[in-house]
Amino acid sequence: MTAVVEETAPGTGHGSTAAERDHTPIVITLRIRRFNPETDAEPYWQDFKVEADPTERILTAMMKIKAEQDGSLTFRRSCAHGICGSDAMRINGRNRLACKTLVKDLDMAKPITVEAIKGLKLEKDLVVDMDPFMQAYKDVMPFLITSGNEPTRERLQSPEDRERFDDTTKCILCAACTTSCPVFWSDGQYFGPAAIVNAHRFIFDSRDEGAEERLEILNEKEGVWRCRTTFNCTEACPRGIEVTKAIQEVKRALIFRRV
Amino acid sequence: MSATIENAPKIHGGGPSIESPRSKRSPRSTKTNFELYGWLFMRLSGVLLVVLVLGHLLIQLVLDGGVSKIGFAFVAGRWASPFWQSWDLIMLWLAELHGVNGLRTIINDYAERDQTRFWLKALLYTSALIVLFLGTLVIFTFDPNIGN
Repeated sequence: MTAVVEETAPGTGHGSTAAERDHTPIVITLRIRRFNPETDAEPYWQDFKVEADPTERILTAMMKIKAEQDGSLTFRRSCAHGICGSDAMRINGRNRLACKTLVKDLDMAKPITVEAIKGLKLEKDLVVDMDPFMQAYKDVMPFLITSGNEPTRERLQSPEDRERFDDTTKCILCAACTTSCPVFWSDGQYFGPAAIVNAHRFIFDSRDEGAEERLEILNEKEGVWRCRTTFNCTEACPRGIEVTKAIQEVKRALIFRRV
Repeated sequence: MSATIENAPKIHGGGPSIESPRSKRSPRSTKTNFELYGWLFMRLSGVLLVVLVLGHLLIQLVLDGGVSKIGFAFVAGRWASPFWQSWDLIMLWLAELHGVNGLRTIINDYAERDQTRFWLKALLYTSALIVLFLGTLVIFTFDPNIGN
């Protein structure tokens, strides 16, 4: 059940058709939102033409630009395989991971826009200040809270109990959900979907005893009640987490005071 | 060895609360259920308003010759009955508070400066007070003989 929901059909790999295996490189245009705080007053768009295999990822094309055309292009990336959560960006107007977005899944004939995620302070090119995001994450106490002595063996749990929060364990803290949320855009005070998802992961864990405290935190003015169920977060999540559903489950737990 | 363990300070002694080592909680604590009740009120009043408003529109605009029948006599006749008085009173309060709460959340979402937020809310609450006061006053003090 930890598998990630993917929109793309399982066509790649051994069973792929001839068309999908066509690795003829094509020239694509990446229209990147650039910003250098030392020289620019405002961000601006810059076009880069780069040769790419349609089955390559946007991240590969960006690394190619950085290596061959403009070394000053700044973006975060670490594992480059969709698990570290570093390279969330707004590609063609949607928050995605650059390392999980294939060129062929976008309109290759038109320029592909790449910009920083919204709602967090822009520092340079595609790098934003993640501190407010991480602070909201810390505020929900994303660690196991228990009382009494440590048990001498593992803390066991039934598969049913585990299933309750399975979906929210998948979060990689890439901020794609929080920075797609219009409520978060407005003043950045809202906890945001990612923090609520990570609170959900512990609130509904039968081994944890801090649910009451976490619910109290999310009951505050900037907590779950600011959610407008626009589903932007669910749509943006590169891990396929049903974010809005998790937020609704926290709301229900608050109303009925029962986890 | 067991004595040492028993004498050791109890780390988790006071229940599940743990102070986080370095980071301070962001200062946004409110500690009330206000937002919860606000959210619940929107859902419950919404359901009631569907019945009240649609019923109101049906009676006023569709049944018995439609809008042309509405006159002083029609209103006086309706408000002679406590049932229609309560209907209109409940509808007035629910609709006004529902609208005010909706606009309050919209102001919270869209007004970026604290000053803007304060003045927009001041305007909103003042207008709500006037509407609720006037509406309630009319329903309770309506004099059917005023036309004579």
